[in-house]
Amino acid sequence: MPYVPHTAEETRQMLETVGVSSMDELFADIGPELRPRSFNLPHGKSEMEVMAQIERLAAKNKVDVVSFLGAGFYDHHIPAAVDTLTSRGEFATAYTPYQPEASQGTLQAIFEYQTAISRLLDMECANASVYDGGSAIFEAMMMGVRATRRKRLVISEALSPIYRIMLASYTTNLGLELVTVPHRDGNTDIEALMAAVDDTTAAVVVQNPNFFGHAHDFTALFDHAREVGAKSVISVYPIMQTLLRTPGEMGADVAVAEGQSLGMPLSFGGPYLGIMTCTSKMVRQMPGRIVGRTVDTQGRTGYVLTLQAREQHIRRQKATSNICSNQSLCALRALVYMSLLGPCGMKRVALSSIENAHYAAKRLTAIPGVSLMSDAPFCNEFAIRLPISAYEAVDRMTERGFVPGFPLGRYYEGLENCLLVACTERHTREDVGILAEMLGGLIR
Amino acid sequence: MKTLFAKSTPGRRGVCIAEPACCEADHLPAELLRSHAPKLPELGELDVVRHFTQLSSLNYGVDGNFYPLGSCTMKYNPKFMEQAAALPGFTRLHPLMAQLKGAGHFTQGALEVMYEMENLLCEITGMAAYTMHPMAGAHGELTGAMIIAAYHADKGNRKTKVIVPDSAHGTNPASAHIAGFEIVSIESRDGMVDPAALKEALDDEVAAVMLTCPNTLGLFERHLPEIVEMVHGVDALLYYDGANMNAIMGKMRVGDVGFDVVHWNLHKTLATPHGGGGPGSGPVGVCEKLKPFLPVSRVKKLEDGRFVLDYDHPKSIGYMAPFYGNFGVYLKAYAYVLRLGGEGLTRASENAVLAANYIRKRLEEHIHVPYNRICMHEFVSSAVGEDLNGVRALDLGKALLDKGYHAPTVYFPLIVPECLMIEPTETESKATLDAFVDDLIDILELSKTDPDNVKTAPHTLPVTRLDETRAARQMVLTDDV
Repeated sequence: MPYVPHTAEETRQMLETVGVSSMDELFADIGPELRPRSFNLPHGKSEMEVMAQIERLAAKNKVDVVSFLGAGFYDHHIPAAVDTLTSRGEFATAYTPYQPEASQGTLQAIFEYQTAISRLLDMECANASVYDGGSAIFEAMMMGVRATRRKRLVISEALSPIYRIMLASYTTNLGLELVTVPHRDGNTDIEALMAAVDDTTAAVVVQNPNFFGHAHDFTALFDHAREVGAKSVISVYPIMQTLLRTPGEMGADVAVAEGQSLGMPLSFGGPYLGIMTCTSKMVRQMPGRIVGRTVDTQGRTGYVLTLQAREQHIRRQKATSNICSNQSLCALRALVYMSLLGPCGMKRVALSSIENAHYAAKRLTAIPGVSLMSDAPFCNEFAIRLPISAYEAVDRMTERGFVPGFPLGRYYEGLENCLLVACTERHTREDVGILAEMLGGLIR
Repeated sequence: MKTLFAKSTPGRRGVCIAEPACCEADHLPAELLRSHAPKLPELGELDVVRHFTQLSSLNYGVDGNFYPLGSCTMKYNPKFMEQAAALPGFTRLHPLMAQLKGAGHFTQGALEVMYEMENLLCEITGMAAYTMHPMAGAHGELTGAMIIAAYHADKGNRKTKVIVPDSAHGTNPASAHIAGFEIVSIESRDGMVDPAALKEALDDEVAAVMLTCPNTLGLFERHLPEIVEMVHGVDALLYYDGANMNAIMGKMRVGDVGFDVVHWNLHKTLATPHGGGGPGSGPVGVCEKLKPFLPVSRVKKLEDGRFVLDYDHPKSIGYMAPFYGNFGVYLKAYAYVLRLGGEGLTRASENAVLAANYIRKRLEEHIHVPYNRICMHEFVSSAVGEDLNGVRALDLGKALLDKGYHAPTVYFPLIVPECLMIEPTETESKATLDAFVDDLIDILELSKTDPDNVKTAPHTLPVTRLDETRAARQMVLTDDV
């Protein structure tokens, strides 16, 4: 009887107390016409058997490959203490902290997470997180729609195409207009964005570094947006935020991020972490949970969920959003990661990744026929043009256990020969050398 | 307890990261760089370990405490599932790997998990197909509501409204609203959806009815067959809020009885840890006619046994998640279903219902039970009566914290005054259930003799009652103010 602890005698006593003679009598309300037509599930197995089956499935995946795949999701080193601390049952098996006196651990951790994330992105407030970086962009955009009561959204095509597809799906029934401004050789076209943002625009949405890895300064764009009454939304890569000009310095109203790089394993796409920050003016528009500091009846510091009047359990269909959970345990991972590395360690991770990417770019562009898509500054990821199809290059190299990057033609028409290459601190010069040799061999 | 920031000392180092061979100015122009370093905590590794270990001790979790939270299903989370989900064969897998032409074979194990899980959920609920993409229960509701909207749009139906009974979860109306619908609320009668009220609200503009069954009072909707017929009679769809699935596994399949869409909260019924508020997983199942509208990608099994991702669904609502949902979460649920099997899932529901009825029976003479008949996996009680001396549901909950239990759900559903909603789950022993009942009876007795003691609880936790009004009025949301 896995996980049901009663002995037969205890079950008998309980049935007797309830006043029924059998388990089935408890389900009398479900009439015979409502009973299952089938329930053909496998028989239960022992823990050992199930583990063997799961291990067999895990072994069918190939993870011992050298991979330069990134595209917004990166294989950074995760210090051991991240797993150890966040897997503590007191954190992992707790509920949403609706009873604050019994949840100060979770609440203080969220408060500290809010603080660390606000400082990293240089914004005034953060929420307790949403599902992922894509849903964070959608929610940020909707903050702009609510704050301006306008319906036109201007989005850079250099924003991750994965997220742009999500935005298109999420907004299907909302009567919003999504205007996409094309990229220029992998760069965010700031001038075209400025021209597209006018006094009917709710929000402008950009990414830094953008999907092609290029870093920009959006101060002028955000100044212009403010002048015409539009909100500025920026999505960033948290690891690079230790170096790059911040959303706060650029004057963004809402800054969001995919937090996977802060101590989350890639884990085939989830769970990840949707980071959301904003200016204090916008905080009442921000969805999701927010923790505030307060005092108890004896004047001692404590933490509670606050601004709940925005939320669905009180305002139902009038709520700011339908989001009723956060990625609490993922936010905790991010906080532990940031605490273990500190500002110095995080900057080192960023710099090592950048150094590896620039070394790779140098080696790859030395191959005849291979060139950078643009000479604009980039961080840990860059796009190159090949004299052959990038699909074919990837296909042929993966056969040999080496994934050279992400073929941009998957999402961008006309870029079938372009490859997006990402590095982290985990790559070695040897990895890069093999990449260059294999790609060179393929092209010759 | 001091915050991480208060414990920070400038220059202290935790995990050692090798010094890189470059500085930022080597690769990036000055105008792209931030002007000042972020003030993140600077601590040694042991400082960090102690900080979070001590923080954890301020929390109640299922591993340490009984959590009889109605509507939340806080059952035990078997430990081997954590081990399964931590296997590097899964955690190190880049999601885009599955989308590369030549590397699809690198992800066969993960795709098989997704495929098998969809099939298992189909069999448990009698639905035609599932998507694993939604990242939480409410995200599943939104996905389901968007599928409903797409279905009606495709048929050329003009449907603008969704009916939500007043006993539904607050996320139901919020989710349907974000999918573009107007919300019509209907009142319950005798703890059930009132067929007369439903009939009156149902017209040709209704796209769907969102139902929770058993409902949030813990009662099975006795008018269910009638409701199904009425809803389908106006070409509306019937949505099943799967938060209460723990009561019916093996006893009823929602697809068989006529529900068109259903979502799960995997952390509830299929025992994945709640994580203090997430991550969750909220798969959505649909009937045959709604399959074309499911999000992409879909996982498909080829004749040769290989698994591939399939994006060729022109009527799909699109991407609800960047990839394939919270894989790490549903991997745990998958392991749990394999462990229990069909008979184990049925046994879980039987024992969950038995435990709820056992507590209800033992408490019925001590606290008002407004719908005192056989309930499903949870029931509501009501802290009313003069002998309670003004002690409210919230106070009873706080006093239970002192005894080492998490409080039941209080003030929900909204239709019961001073509501305490109790859900024990199947994994608690009779000894725990008895101790809980005895302790609650003690608190109710204390309310008669020393109500102030109860009204000021908790007394033994790290903090006493917190000033929530102040938190909202004088907002302090970071450690900087």
